[in-house]
Amino acid sequence: MGEEVKLFRSWSSPFALRIVWALEIKGIEYEAVFEDLSNKSPLLLQYNPVHKKVPILVHNGRPIAESFVILEYIDETWKQVPLLPEDPYERAMARFWAKFCDDKVLTSIWSAFIKQGKEQEEALVAAAENLKFLEKEMKGKKFFGGERIGYVDIVLGWLANLVSIFEEIVGLKIVDEGKFPLLYSWMQDFAEAPIIRDNCPPRDKMIVKFQALLDAAIASSSSSSK
Amino acid sequence: MAEEVKLFGMWASLYSRRIEIALIMKGVQFEFIEEDLQNKCPLLLQCNSIHKKVPVLHNGMPIAESIIILEYIDETWPDNPILPRDPYDRAMARFWARFIDEKLIWVSWDAYSSKEEDQGKAIEEACKQLKALENELKEKEFFGGDTVGYLDIAAIMVASWFGVMQEVMKVELLTEENFPILRQWVEKFVDCPIVKECLPHKEKMVEFTRVLLKDFLASR
Repeated sequence: MGEEVKLFRSWSSPFALRIVWALEIKGIEYEAVFEDLSNKSPLLLQYNPVHKKVPILVHNGRPIAESFVILEYIDETWKQVPLLPEDPYERAMARFWAKFCDDKVLTSIWSAFIKQGKEQEEALVAAAENLKFLEKEMKGKKFFGGERIGYVDIVLGWLANLVSIFEEIVGLKIVDEGKFPLLYSWMQDFAEAPIIRDNCPPRDKMIVKFQALLDAAIASSSSSSK
Repeated sequence: MAEEVKLFGMWASLYSRRIEIALIMKGVQFEFIEEDLQNKCPLLLQCNSIHKKVPVLHNGMPIAESIIILEYIDETWPDNPILPRDPYDRAMARFWARFIDEKLIWVSWDAYSSKEEDQGKAIEEACKQLKALENELKEKEFFGGDTVGYLDIAAIMVASWFGVMQEVMKVELLTEENFPILRQWVEKFVDCPIVKECLPHKEKMVEFTRVLLKDFLASR
């Protein structure tokens, strides 16, 4: 049976990386189509006219955008190695935490990286509060999914490789091992899992990219200060 | 048997109305607990200690976030499904529900609340996004097909909030001229018996919204 699976991604998008990990974990054959996000292909714009972003999964010619939506589609279409739990309450909790990770954790940590001065301080405080909730949710499990990597781990996975890059660039500790021992240990376990380790963008390239983003943000905030 | 299903909600919250509609469609008996958002009860704060918001569904354990609650309801009470069966159709329904909550409402708020010099552009953007949603209806009666489904329930914002905001902010986005198909959907949706029962009274909503936004309105 011919199954055509294509993933439109960029080399560094943490959202697209979620889909790479999900496909690899499930052993699904796919073709990766790398996009230059400064020069988006007509195909990308056709497949995701609403958001014009990666990732986009195209399965047998039908496109799906938005990483959470794609992850659920993958889990429903390829039933091996389930990412979401079976029980409806547990599924609701996984979805809740995934949303929390993006809406609160990612937003506050990104602000802590990209902002300066008072805004950065406030973002660090917010990030710490949000991380406390996650730390509590770990409840002594190895992964949020239990014994193996699941949906929430995949969604939060950017924490495991991006945070140390942010910390290196700005010279600040965001996830302190002393304050968040369970989360810290999760970050190590996740990053060292073979599929994750083998499917991460090169660290030195990431440092260059995010340093450039920070430099641009600083330049634009100082030139627009009134 | 298990304890009764409880829904912590608030009459003017369209997010909590979504849950009421879904529960009634499925014939689930529940107790509705009206929250005073200025004075939230300890049980709500315990059930949703992270966001401290409504709606919260309590079915032995609490669940927050309306879109997540809708999926839980569909999985727990599978009769009269609100999500489609096919994984691709489910993906599309989820995509557009997220679009409403994460993009449409915000660009529409920008259009309603922008200063005069920025408003033209903001309205244009909001209309572009509304058009994208309208196109998703295609030739169907409802987003869910022949009957109200998950995406229709999520789109209660379009059916109610836009009309309220038009009165409060004196800006019309969802015009008959530009969005005949979406307007037709609104009429059919609000006419459904269950939806009619669950929609907050428009004038009450307008008054409530005026009070909520009084500082903002006064500053203009």
